[in-house]
Amino acid sequence: MEKKKTIAMRYTPVIGLEVHVELKTRSKMFCACSADYFGREPNTHTCPVCLGLPGALPVPNKKAIDWCILIGLALNCDIPLFSKFDRKNYFYPDLSKGYQISQYDEPFCKNGHVKISNGKRINIRRVHMEEDTGKLIHEAVDDQKVSLIDFNRSGVPLVEIVTEPDFESAEEVIEYLKTVQQIVRYLEVSNADMEKGNMRLEPNISLRKIKNSDLPKYKVEVKNINSFKFVEKTINFEIERQKKIFEGGKTPVQETRGWGEAKGETISQRSKEEAHDYRYFPEPDIPPIHWTESQVSHLKSQMIELPQTKFDRLRRVYGLSDYDAEILTKEKKTAIYFEEAVRLAKAIPTKTIANWIINKRIDIQNESVGRLIKQISMSHSSSIDESKLQSAIKDVIKDNEKAVNDYKNGKTSVIMFLIGNVMRKLKTKINPSIMKIALEKALRNSNG
Amino acid sequence: MKLRSLTIKKATEGLKQKKFSSVELTKACLEKIKKLNPTLNAFISVCEEEALKDARKADKAMQNGNTSPLLGIPIALKDLFLTKGIRTTAGSKVLENYVPPFDATVVKKLKDAGAVIIGKTNCDAWAHGSSGENSDFGPTKNPWNTDYVPGGSSSGSAVAVASDMCTASTGTDTGGSIRLPASFCNVVGLKPTYGRVSRYGIVAMASSLDSIGHFTKTVEDAALLLSITAGNDSMDATTPQKQVPDYPKSLNRKPRELMLGIPKEYFLTGIDPEIKELTTKALSVLRVSNYHTQEISLPHTEYANACYYIIQPAEVSSNLARYDGIRYGFRRETFGDEAKRRIMLGTYTLSSGYYDAYYKKAMKVRTLITRDFDEAFKIVDAIIAPVSPTPAWKIGEKIDDPLKMYLSDIFTVTANLAGIPGLSIPIGFTKNGLPVGIQILGPQFAEETLFEIGKAFEEATQNETWRKRKP
Amino acid sequence: MKIDIAHVAKLANLPLSPKEEKKFEKQLSDVLGYIQKLNEVDTENVEPTFQVTGLETIVRCDTTFPSLSQDEALSGSTSTYNGLFKVKAIFGNES
Repeated sequence: MEKKKTIAMRYTPVIGLEVHVELKTRSKMFCACSADYFGREPNTHTCPVCLGLPGALPVPNKKAIDWCILIGLALNCDIPLFSKFDRKNYFYPDLSKGYQISQYDEPFCKNGHVKISNGKRINIRRVHMEEDTGKLIHEAVDDQKVSLIDFNRSGVPLVEIVTEPDFESAEEVIEYLKTVQQIVRYLEVSNADMEKGNMRLEPNISLRKIKNSDLPKYKVEVKNINSFKFVEKTINFEIERQKKIFEGGKTPVQETRGWGEAKGETISQRSKEEAHDYRYFPEPDIPPIHWTESQVSHLKSQMIELPQTKFDRLRRVYGLSDYDAEILTKEKKTAIYFEEAVRLAKAIPTKTIANWIINKRIDIQNESVGRLIKQISMSHSSSIDESKLQSAIKDVIKDNEKAVNDYKNGKTSVIMFLIGNVMRKLKTKINPSIMKIALEKALRNSNG
Repeated sequence: MKLRSLTIKKATEGLKQKKFSSVELTKACLEKIKKLNPTLNAFISVCEEEALKDARKADKAMQNGNTSPLLGIPIALKDLFLTKGIRTTAGSKVLENYVPPFDATVVKKLKDAGAVIIGKTNCDAWAHGSSGENSDFGPTKNPWNTDYVPGGSSSGSAVAVASDMCTASTGTDTGGSIRLPASFCNVVGLKPTYGRVSRYGIVAMASSLDSIGHFTKTVEDAALLLSITAGNDSMDATTPQKQVPDYPKSLNRKPRELMLGIPKEYFLTGIDPEIKELTTKALSVLRVSNYHTQEISLPHTEYANACYYIIQPAEVSSNLARYDGIRYGFRRETFGDEAKRRIMLGTYTLSSGYYDAYYKKAMKVRTLITRDFDEAFKIVDAIIAPVSPTPAWKIGEKIDDPLKMYLSDIFTVTANLAGIPGLSIPIGFTKNGLPVGIQILGPQFAEETLFEIGKAFEEATQNETWRKRKP
Repeated sequence: MKIDIAHVAKLANLPLSPKEEKKFEKQLSDVLGYIQKLNEVDTENVEPTFQVTGLETIVRCDTTFPSLSQDEALSGSTSTYNGLFKVKAIFGNES
């Protein structure tokens, strides 16, 4: 037991992450085919360009580039004024041109970072633009094992976000991933749905001796992870697997592995002797991209309020708890819904609105803000309708002239007396804070 | 009147005046193809049926008052130009059965202008070659002497125009593939400025060097064709939004006094004495025609070919990666020797650890070569130089020695590296009866100047006996 | 200049016969010897020219255009199945 603990203590995981985010542009990255490929008939969303026919040439999609830069800005990156596309050459049947148009040494965005809740800064090396490949389906046809290829996905814009190896645990990785997912959804540039493959990730995992500040000389890249659950399982499995190899006095080999959910383990895919040599060179078919300072600042000015800023503001302005603010800002549309409700419902405390949205799990797609307010008002008047309440308030104001005058002269504590009178008149118990707001409003409006 | 030997200009006039029909003109060309193609092997595919159909349509359109600039003119396409529904092979067995689902932009433009596509011409497979011998469909022969090569890679297109199998034809020029065969076959060949003509739908050889041009019987025809093919294409990001001048019209302007540069590096050792003599004679003709000449220096010329044979195979290796036999075509084993050599060479020079020493280094030398031209064009309006150090060579002479073959491009690759236009025009014949040409090079987008000089030379020599020669 | 022909052929996805390997080894080393000539040129402080057009930032708007039909897309291939291109089974668990 004691020995095991010391071994466990001797290593720190060193984890870096490559995240691919598929953009939801209308058209593909380099051609005018629809990028809305999911669930479509195979090979119906292709053209000479994305099918890699002879003589076809790429022309980059401006919106995809703008969105890549927006992602970079949201991740606190620098935007170099000069950038270009490069060809990454390799052979695979789902790669129609025999090269992928990507970015090598001059990506659109560099040197960003994201802060996670333990205060740690995850550094982002680069954010670049590339194109997706076709999709391979492995099947048996006529008792023969074959691979089938659908090029509908070929050429769909992908943004790749590469971090430094700054993570030390699966938890950190998952928090970072959720942050990235939330940001791209806020920006409305991707659905970032992992199950649908809109967001894919490849962690590279290695272990470093605790007192050794150098990075390990190997890394294990893991592919084929398509849910948050698998991220955690994969990373923890790899850490254990590599630890055992060290304990056996060996060093893990540099390789690519794939997550196999069936067995709950990672499986070696390619060994290091087949190390890739992508033969990058500048894409001759696409002139370089050159921004002016003002173009970059224009993009910066288009930046929306990001989740963290929104969270801080909601807490500050509406006095929400961390918990409420977090839930309300998890999705942009919830936050917008909440603020719209606050704006409309003058008589309902923000806390009550927040509670309703959070606890009653309001279906904000189908429930209009107006209806929600009505619902809250009604429920907090405990089935007393607004007109009965108003008429009771009116009577009490009329019958208690002295108290009303005291109130108007600044003796606001008499409101409790007035509330009690309204309650007695209504013969039901309703939320005093609701009552208080309604009464205050009525008092303000009453003349005399 | 021999219909098939007419220029575009003369044929268009004749068609308009109803002296003959497009069907007659097309038939005359088809007959010539039938007669000569078994020997010359200029065509891989002859589109007899489609051509006659298009010719009939053109005749009808003509009657209805259609005045499209190429209406009813038989034009041949290098088999690198994709044609919807018509087999396009790039001269390679890999694409032996490939029928594209779309037309190249240039093909669309030619069709829209009324051209009758008469067939697809033979070429070195994937445009890899200087002789026309690298075609998987057999070598093209030089019509002036069938023991000799016609020059490549656009061999069939040059031969088809030279031997009146069509009125004009298209070609591609990555390192001289239009200018060289034009000079070996006694026709006019234009390599426009890089980006002037769209590359969309034309099998790519080396993307940063490929230029899309044509072969014609006269300079005037070359100007006319360029006014149709040139211009920005939204499908090709390397075509500028630059206005296309009315090239034929600008030929009618008053001739200007121009300064021509003679680059001394192109006349150093290794140049055939007959080429030197004919070029010198051509220069003296030009000097009579209102032009001044001046010796200039393009100091990095001697490095151009080495530079080219790094950049070009590197881009070739990547451009040929799509031919994997999955979506179309045959598997990679089917590539011929030359394609395999270039794929191997390019893969090697781009591979890890070599990129800086080869590709990047070559791109730096390319900057120096471009600067040489920039400097020269500060003091001269155009440059006159031989196209090739030698006239056409015998078939088989260089085929087993790739390096020797590569050296035939030394005078042409410079224009591709700098992206400048070059016009190859005939200047006479060797004692052996082989044609010789010169190239007129100008700054980017100065095609008008090249046409002006080329036409002046044609006019000055129109009565010379060599002008009357026919293969 | 010595080239590892087998390695380069593998990178290039180009199956070569032993005879071809031998022939190309000689020919390629000749050419490589020739292109070494560039080492004579001083290129210090010289920027590479990857593009000769001087064009920059050529982009298209995010609009769609009809794709090829499935039949057209598959028309070049002799090996298809249910609207998909069919190849021999590829091993490895690519996503």
